[in-house]
Amino acid sequence: MADYVLAGGTVLTANGPIEADVHIANQVIEAIGPGDPPVANGAGERIDCTGLTIGPGLVDLHTHLREPGQEWKEDIESGSRAAVAGGFTAILAMPNTNPPIDSGHLARYVSDRSAQVGLCDVIPTGCITESMAGEGLAHLDELTAAGVRVFTDDGVTVADAGLLRRAMEYLVERDGLIAQHAEDPGLAGGGHMHEGAVSSWLGMAGLAAEAETTIVARDLTLVRMTGCRYHVAHASTAGTVALIEAAKQEGLPVTAEVAPHHLFFSDEAVRSMDPVYKMYPPLRTQGDVETLREGLETGVIDAVATDHAPHAAHEKDVPFEEAPRGVIGLETALGVVRTATGLDAGAIFDRMSVRPAEIAGLDRHGNWPAPGVAANLAVFDMDAQWTPDGFQSKSTNSPFIGLQLRGPPQYPFFEGKLVWRDGKVEQ
Amino acid sequence: MSFLGIEGHDRADLEVILDLADEFTEVLNRPIPRVPALQGKTVAHVFYESSTRTRLSFERAAKALSADVMNFAPGGSSVSKGESLKDTVLTLKAMGPDLMVVRHGSAGAPTRVAAWTGLPVVNAGDGAHQHPTQAMLDSLTIRRRFGKLDNLRIGIVGDIRHSRVARSNVAAFTTLGADVVLVAPRTLLPVDSREWPVTLSESLDEVIGDLDVVYLLRIQAERGGASVFPSLPEYVSRFGLTNRRFAAMNPEAVVMHPGPMNRGIEIADSVADDERALVLDQVANGVAARMAVLFWLLGGERSG
Repeated sequence: MADYVLAGGTVLTANGPIEADVHIANQVIEAIGPGDPPVANGAGERIDCTGLTIGPGLVDLHTHLREPGQEWKEDIESGSRAAVAGGFTAILAMPNTNPPIDSGHLARYVSDRSAQVGLCDVIPTGCITESMAGEGLAHLDELTAAGVRVFTDDGVTVADAGLLRRAMEYLVERDGLIAQHAEDPGLAGGGHMHEGAVSSWLGMAGLAAEAETTIVARDLTLVRMTGCRYHVAHASTAGTVALIEAAKQEGLPVTAEVAPHHLFFSDEAVRSMDPVYKMYPPLRTQGDVETLREGLETGVIDAVATDHAPHAAHEKDVPFEEAPRGVIGLETALGVVRTATGLDAGAIFDRMSVRPAEIAGLDRHGNWPAPGVAANLAVFDMDAQWTPDGFQSKSTNSPFIGLQLRGPPQYPFFEGKLVWRDGKVEQ
Repeated sequence: MSFLGIEGHDRADLEVILDLADEFTEVLNRPIPRVPALQGKTVAHVFYESSTRTRLSFERAAKALSADVMNFAPGGSSVSKGESLKDTVLTLKAMGPDLMVVRHGSAGAPTRVAAWTGLPVVNAGDGAHQHPTQAMLDSLTIRRRFGKLDNLRIGIVGDIRHSRVARSNVAAFTTLGADVVLVAPRTLLPVDSREWPVTLSESLDEVIGDLDVVYLLRIQAERGGASVFPSLPEYVSRFGLTNRRFAAMNPEAVVMHPGPMNRGIEIADSVADDERALVLDQVANGVAARMAVLFWLLGGERSG
């Protein structure tokens, strides 16, 4: 007896899209296909998915949920709501909280809070260095024992190549992944936006594209040296795409993600000097935007990750150079990718669910719908127009408010349960 | 309407302001240098960066137009208690000024203030972005000396990369028809000059004989050494307006500087005191130019 039947939609399977009904029971997909018996009266719910697309629940490799320490911006509960409202069933929480997640008990705190909230899987990541100070190694064994597989000092670069080498050597046997925020501190030079014609004319200190590529190039030599899995967080430049492509051709264990806003806006948006366009890495040139889109389409860039970075309105509504970095993205991510790229639905779910789940080692997420698979699913209306206006996130620092996007999220299923419907948590 | 930068204003706008400034220069030369043009209006001066000459110049301009003046500086104020810029300017707005003059260390801050308050805002310098009234007083000084800016060759020398004066002057001078060459070591030139309607030079000696105006920028000593050029003496030897370079200038050419000057660094002591150095004319013209901007925004039909 099914709990839910998703009727009449397009199901994205490993063999491509099919028109079929999806039967969900006992946290798994029980059956897929037309002709299955209809749900008995009162025993389950039939959800009309005519015209809708059913795929694996989205997986975000990169979110900032601000808990513990900055709960006025976001917390695990509000972040979970934002996630499911955007069609995500698993999100990785960056460790740059206060305190930073650099030991096992802190990682367990995140997992425990995720389970308490129960809307989606919030998966802790761990710091590479203790207190994210860039000086000594974090408690990597404790973190690994607590289930952490992705290690990052996101927000800052591990600038010391010797220290990064030791982290890689340590993690390679533990199947850990190093996710690098690539920004050479010297070349970044305190910049507030992409260094180029626009920053030059506005008189704002620029952050050169080479601040990213020099770190990626350096790190790739360490990957060659150690064999550790390596992931470029929020790739923003054409140069990084070229480096990743060459590294993959060489056979290095390297992956990369791109943030939706880097697929949509260029540094031209900063001419308004509106801090809603301030994020790190900064919005780059139109040429970078196009190369990132191509890289995502060809698969050189494996995944889309939001870099969801909430900030309270009063923190962001200041002069551009004084504003904190980052924008929220969970609730608009798929719509932005759908609008900004030529990817079809299958490719979008590959880059936003299947590949990120593989990179993070998540067995229960990112599986193409099939009988017996965990029922972590997302249903989208891929071709409808939609204008974001309100958010579940505690913060509203989104550059997409009021813009017309395609592909509004409809129904997220987490472990077999519809968790979100009509703008609120499903009871 | 606000005056946030030169960009967005066409030649006609700038010439209206310069023509008004000429009229106000005449006012300032009267026995009683005051007109009731802005009587009953209140101008709030909001200066987040320390400034003496610019604030005094604005104050003199407002008072010569019979406007009332409110002065705000963050030291010892609510700002030291953590008040945000937005709350501060909304608080000031509640006291009823008709216009705000804003100086701030962050590029774009006056633009935010204009959006938050809905008041006309004059940018009195924001980060390395713009300082448009400086550009108007400099354009006025050049126009009064040469009659027009068309086809003049103006060299701007020094720390262009970090200079709001350079950015607004390039926009104003070229809009008014001048040719501008930027002269500095590469580390002080614009990092990407594609949008700058100028030519670039790394040799003052190569261009000095062709210039009608040598516009010197203040060199900040802290930029020497490890920062952007090797040492001050090396800077002076290549880019300082020494007596030798002054002698190589066209005899009709003039020297300008937005002040405060570093004598012996960007400008030789005796050059600074030469009659062809228009530094004090610039200061005097600053009052008339700022009167013109205030009147342009608040006076007559253009107000509101």
